[in-house]
Amino acid sequence: MSTNKNPAKGNIKLKQFINKYGIFLIFIGICLLLAVLTISDGVSIFLKFRNIVNVLRQSSVIGIIAIGVTFVIITGGIDLSSGSLVAMVGVIVALLARNSMGLPIIVSVVAGLAVGTFAGSINGSLIAKAGIPPFIATLGMMTIARGVGFLITKGRPVDNLTESFQVLGQGSILNFGQNFFIPFPVLIFAFVALVSHFLLSNTRFGKFTYAIGGNEQAAYICGVNVDRHKIMVYGYAGLLSAIASIVLTSRVSSGQPSAGVSYELDAIASAVIGGTSLSGGIGTIGGTIVGTLIIAVMNNGLDLLGVSSYWQQILKGIIIITAVVIDTMRHRTSR
Amino acid sequence: MAEEYLLEMEHIRKEFPGVLALNEVSLRVRSGTVHALMGENGAGKSTLMKVLLGIYRPEDGSIRFDGVTHEVMDIRKSLQYGISMIHQELSPIPYMTVAENIFLGREPVRGKTGWVKSKVQIQQTQELFDELDIDIDPSAKMVDLSIANMQMVEIATAISYNSKLIIMDEPTSAITEKEVAHLFRMINNLRDKGVAIIYITHKMDEVFQISDEVTILRDGTFVDSKLSSKIDKNGLISMMVGRELTDFFPKIDVEITDIKLEVRNLTLPGKFENVSFNVRRGEILGIAGLMGSGRTEVVESIFGIYPPASGQILIDDKEIKIKQPMDAIAAGMGLLTEDRKLSGLFLPLSVMDNMVYSSIGNFMGRIGLDFKRMSEECEKQRRALDVKTPSLAQKVVNLSGGNQQKVLIARWLLTEPDILFLDEPTRGIDVGAKSEIHKLMGKLAESGKAIIMVSSEMPEILGMSDRIVVMHEGEKAGELSREDATQERILQLAAGETLTI
Repeated sequence: MSTNKNPAKGNIKLKQFINKYGIFLIFIGICLLLAVLTISDGVSIFLKFRNIVNVLRQSSVIGIIAIGVTFVIITGGIDLSSGSLVAMVGVIVALLARNSMGLPIIVSVVAGLAVGTFAGSINGSLIAKAGIPPFIATLGMMTIARGVGFLITKGRPVDNLTESFQVLGQGSILNFGQNFFIPFPVLIFAFVALVSHFLLSNTRFGKFTYAIGGNEQAAYICGVNVDRHKIMVYGYAGLLSAIASIVLTSRVSSGQPSAGVSYELDAIASAVIGGTSLSGGIGTIGGTIVGTLIIAVMNNGLDLLGVSSYWQQILKGIIIITAVVIDTMRHRTSR
Repeated sequence: MAEEYLLEMEHIRKEFPGVLALNEVSLRVRSGTVHALMGENGAGKSTLMKVLLGIYRPEDGSIRFDGVTHEVMDIRKSLQYGISMIHQELSPIPYMTVAENIFLGREPVRGKTGWVKSKVQIQQTQELFDELDIDIDPSAKMVDLSIANMQMVEIATAISYNSKLIIMDEPTSAITEKEVAHLFRMINNLRDKGVAIIYITHKMDEVFQISDEVTILRDGTFVDSKLSSKIDKNGLISMMVGRELTDFFPKIDVEITDIKLEVRNLTLPGKFENVSFNVRRGEILGIAGLMGSGRTEVVESIFGIYPPASGQILIDDKEIKIKQPMDAIAAGMGLLTEDRKLSGLFLPLSVMDNMVYSSIGNFMGRIGLDFKRMSEECEKQRRALDVKTPSLAQKVVNLSGGNQQKVLIARWLLTEPDILFLDEPTRGIDVGAKSEIHKLMGKLAESGKAIIMVSSEMPEILGMSDRIVVMHEGEKAGELSREDATQERILQLAAGETLTI
């Protein structure tokens, strides 16, 4: 291979750079654009600390779900149940965190995490052991979990949660007044992201996730326990849905059986915008986070600019399609 | 000799990120001739053909076909121009009939309604088959056909376009000798009708049997074009590899010691019955047989991909149970599967990832995986096997077939197996890489490993094996020692006859 004499080498390097960081560059571009467009009285409203924290806090719930979904999509699967799991876990957690129950919050949190993980593992078992396509298995779970949420609350929101539980979604640390603080949801989002990134790229668990999506048959021959691993991956996605649910329930101080509608689609969109391939084997946590932030920043920026939320939906759709079109073309030309 | 060429490809240049795949390559083909295109894997044969078909757009060069100069070809128009191709890797639509597959995209329809005249389609297919002397039911579903028959359908499809030029990419890799003879008759007929054929193959004998001219590529450059009658096998090989290959099968004498693996009466209904054999340390056991004789099934079953229904597997004289590949790996086995892409490679992943998956447990650090040690070990393998890749981070999909195969071998060497199953270890890879893999097998045997090699290539079986088990229709038809084995004897056993020679 005579790469040295290649005159287009610099060009190719630039191409590779854009390929790798393209979506991040687009994100920076959108931020810069919004920063300029929202300047009033010489101050950019978009860049105000309060606004930035606001965007991060708003994106944390979808972001946490999207991270779990990224694992699932990398194995070549899909998870449609996350939004409903948010609702189901939310009402269970809220019931246990009511003032009248008098339980320590750890009980409700652990119960919520357990329920989410269990539901996710059922998804995984149906897919791995019964051989049902992921789309169908999680579609079933989506309806079931939603139904369970309504059933145990008789369709009514669960209110009167303890003060200490509400801290999880509403509190913050490193408080330096209005000018600097980190809300708990953002902290939890960051923690989940770091742990998941480590899990995906630095552990055997993560490597097997890529292997199954890359070539399931080959992974099996390499000694990967494919069934067990799938159950764990869907279980992990369920766990993260539960974490997102706890953050949401605490923030709105109420467990609502109608919460989280279409969150699963936003989460999938975030992962896909971030470069996760629906055919499996490709994706990163960093990409998914950027994908989540792009959606959040767009919504926020358009709010600030006074654009109607109807337009926001249309724009979100266009972004999703554009991201995938660019990704597809990139793969086509690099072939 | 007439200087009229049907196809003239001049100074074609094609770059991929980091690789110059074709550098000033030229190819001229006359009507009514068979033109062999030779070169190791990665030499640029497939890339050149993809440029010709318009799948790739060349950076430089010109293509003149049938008197018209094209700067770039257009894949959608290539059939219109009169170029069709028989692909090496089959891509039939499994649940459609043979006739539907052949007429895909040009179905006979009623007026403008788009209503397909199925009967006409089947009838025309039958006529085509009659003309080509092919015995396949046009209304059979593709999925029910054997690989060899699918290949024949593919060949018939390419011929049915009445093209001026047919590209055949390793058309004989999946068919038996009888069908090869049939194919060659068809090729001769086409040649007589003035059709030009570009014939890509790794099999030397075929080149001299069927081709009129041969063009040799090496590392993306043009080496030479010659009349096939003006060149011999050794000359051809040395042009392909740029060096004389004096020794095809570097079989070294190794001390063969005690029995490492023994299987007794292995049975998996519908696949194989009552198969027994053993392998010793330092021994290379060849498993021969026709396609579908159960060779691959036996080794995959021992490895636990689909465990046998009955029978015993013994390692060092102790019976072990293997329920899935994980157990086989733990017992010190490795399996290089028959189909690299289907069951071997993780195409979207890097060379390093592809190497480490079956041994990843050995690379656990204190927290997470120990990437430093992992890349050191992979780098060692890369150097030992001379895998040609810009880096370990390169996606494995960008490597040539021979190098992909080496990556898979590295994968199993990293598990430090005692027993290595190699299923078609050199299928579809070039002469250079082939000989390197054969040398490596010798070295592995020397280090005391027991090797079981399944191969369809007679010279490989005869050249590499210490002992040969021949399979016929799911049963062991016989066993031959290296001294007793001849091509004729193996063929007799494989055909289910008793030995007469």
